[in-house]
Amino acid sequence: MSRTQLNRLFDRAFGVLGLLATLLGLSVLLTLIVDVLLDGAGRLGWQFLTSYPSRKPEEAGILSAWVGTVWVMVVTGAVTFPLGVAAATYLEEYSKKNRLSEFLEINIANLAGVPSVIYGLLGLEVFVRLMGLGRSVLAGALTLSLVALPIVIVATREALRAVPNSIREAAYALGADKWQTVRGQVIPAAMPGILSGVILAMSRAIGETAPLITIGALTYIAFLPTSPISAEFPFISLRGLLDGFTVLPIQIFNWVSRPQKGFFEDAAGGIIVLLAIALLMNGLAIFLRHRFAKKARW
Amino acid sequence: MKLGRRLKTRLIEGALFASALSSVLITAGIVGVLIFETAGFFKEVPLWDFLTDTQWTPLFLDKHFGILPLFAGTFLTTVVAMAVALPVGTATAIYLSEYASERVRASVKPALEVLAAVPTVVFGYFALLFVTPLLQRFIPGLSGFNSLSPGIVMGIMIIPIVASLSEDAMHAIPMGLREGAFALGATRLQVATRVVLPGALSGVAAAFILGISRAVGETMVVAIAAGQQPRLTMNPLVPIETVTAYIVQVSLGDTPTGTLEFRTIFAAGMSLFAVTFALNILSFALKKRFREVYE
Repeated sequence: MSRTQLNRLFDRAFGVLGLLATLLGLSVLLTLIVDVLLDGAGRLGWQFLTSYPSRKPEEAGILSAWVGTVWVMVVTGAVTFPLGVAAATYLEEYSKKNRLSEFLEINIANLAGVPSVIYGLLGLEVFVRLMGLGRSVLAGALTLSLVALPIVIVATREALRAVPNSIREAAYALGADKWQTVRGQVIPAAMPGILSGVILAMSRAIGETAPLITIGALTYIAFLPTSPISAEFPFISLRGLLDGFTVLPIQIFNWVSRPQKGFFEDAAGGIIVLLAIALLMNGLAIFLRHRFAKKARW
Repeated sequence: MKLGRRLKTRLIEGALFASALSSVLITAGIVGVLIFETAGFFKEVPLWDFLTDTQWTPLFLDKHFGILPLFAGTFLTTVVAMAVALPVGTATAIYLSEYASERVRASVKPALEVLAAVPTVVFGYFALLFVTPLLQRFIPGLSGFNSLSPGIVMGIMIIPIVASLSEDAMHAIPMGLREGAFALGATRLQVATRVVLPGALSGVAAAFILGISRAVGETMVVAIAAGQQPRLTMNPLVPIETVTAYIVQVSLGDTPTGTLEFRTIFAAGMSLFAVTFALNILSFALKKRFREVYE
């Protein structure tokens, strides 16, 4: 075979190999989903969604887990959204190109690469012990905010960067000052990208197990955090923030760690619920990003 | 009226600046907490023992505090993971960058992102209950907890990171270089390996190192499927424990706070942070060098 023919053969061969490599990850993902569905679909149902964990696998449910997840997610979002958008706005719109801003940028990029379990250690020391919040919803949500914050900041910065300068310049030409421009024009224009980033960060945070285990979220919870709606005046209570809790990924982890086979099915059922939520949120974020990126015809 | 407006603007700028500064607070917090507790740890355990003792048994009666077994566990799982992620990720990147049509690229890239969206607990379940039994059919000596199975699953998890970043680096190579090679009669594979890859090398290396950092820091997959037996070994078929899984193990137990045993999780965390920090810095430096050359 001539040199040229050999090269062409290798070229074709890699065409196939490359395609296989590309499809490998996706086929594993499909296998995983099918496997989990087969294991856990049988457990799904009203009973599963409304029961507490139990020593008997057939009676166990994810009530405390998904309620805890909702509690933690709402508080995490409430903390991360303003803080992240504010930080990104400062970095993108206000900071000058000096040493300090470069340092801030490197810092945030670094935080994005820190293993999540280390945020758990930080949360344990500062939120649980130093601030005395104990192993509560609030401590958990604050810890998760640490994990989600870099993602929100990076995504918001990109969204702000995508807003063309002509918008800002037009506002200045009409006499607006910086804050009026940013608040009235730039941020609203970047909002779809910002929302997409926040939802993406939340969808990552919802699956985070290690930081919450480290701060001590309990793994066998047969109660719910105090409801925010109370019977007496003023009808809204935030006491639930200081209660113990568990979340869906921790419950799944707990069940997977048990030797009885029945708990594996419970774990699979929990995974189906968790995956559905995480993939839905992720899909929503990607959809938002594409839909509004195309629409923006500046 | 003008004074009121100026004050308001200043206040808002201050609030925004404070938000940005919070990120520095977080880093300071991490470093501060780790150093504080690790200092307490090293008052009772000599640094030399920590770095050279070959056993890690802080929760047993006969206490040893050598970090090597935990590092060995992390090392094993990371090596297996990268043995999967590097070739597959790079091949994927080359395929997407040099072979695939724009349509294929546009549909594959979001699909890879979905892979990155799956919670790690789910991958842990998959490793323990699907991959390990599957491997046990082919490797009879494989124990129920081992580093091969979570390593492979972690590798698959990391493919999107390696592929995406490598592909970005390859994409930045100017078309002109490729066209010159094609004009000389090169095949796509030759262009990929002799023109694109050498040019994108620092970007691809940055992607590799970021992947390694991710593997080192991974917690749940190994906590579920690798075991809780710290062991100084290079055998991927036996139970081990990684640095990250140890932290989870202690957090789940009832070690009282403020004790030496409690502080071991911070010593472990400090080692973990040091390693991932060094890897991340290296990755950024490589990425920066790549950007300087091509943008």
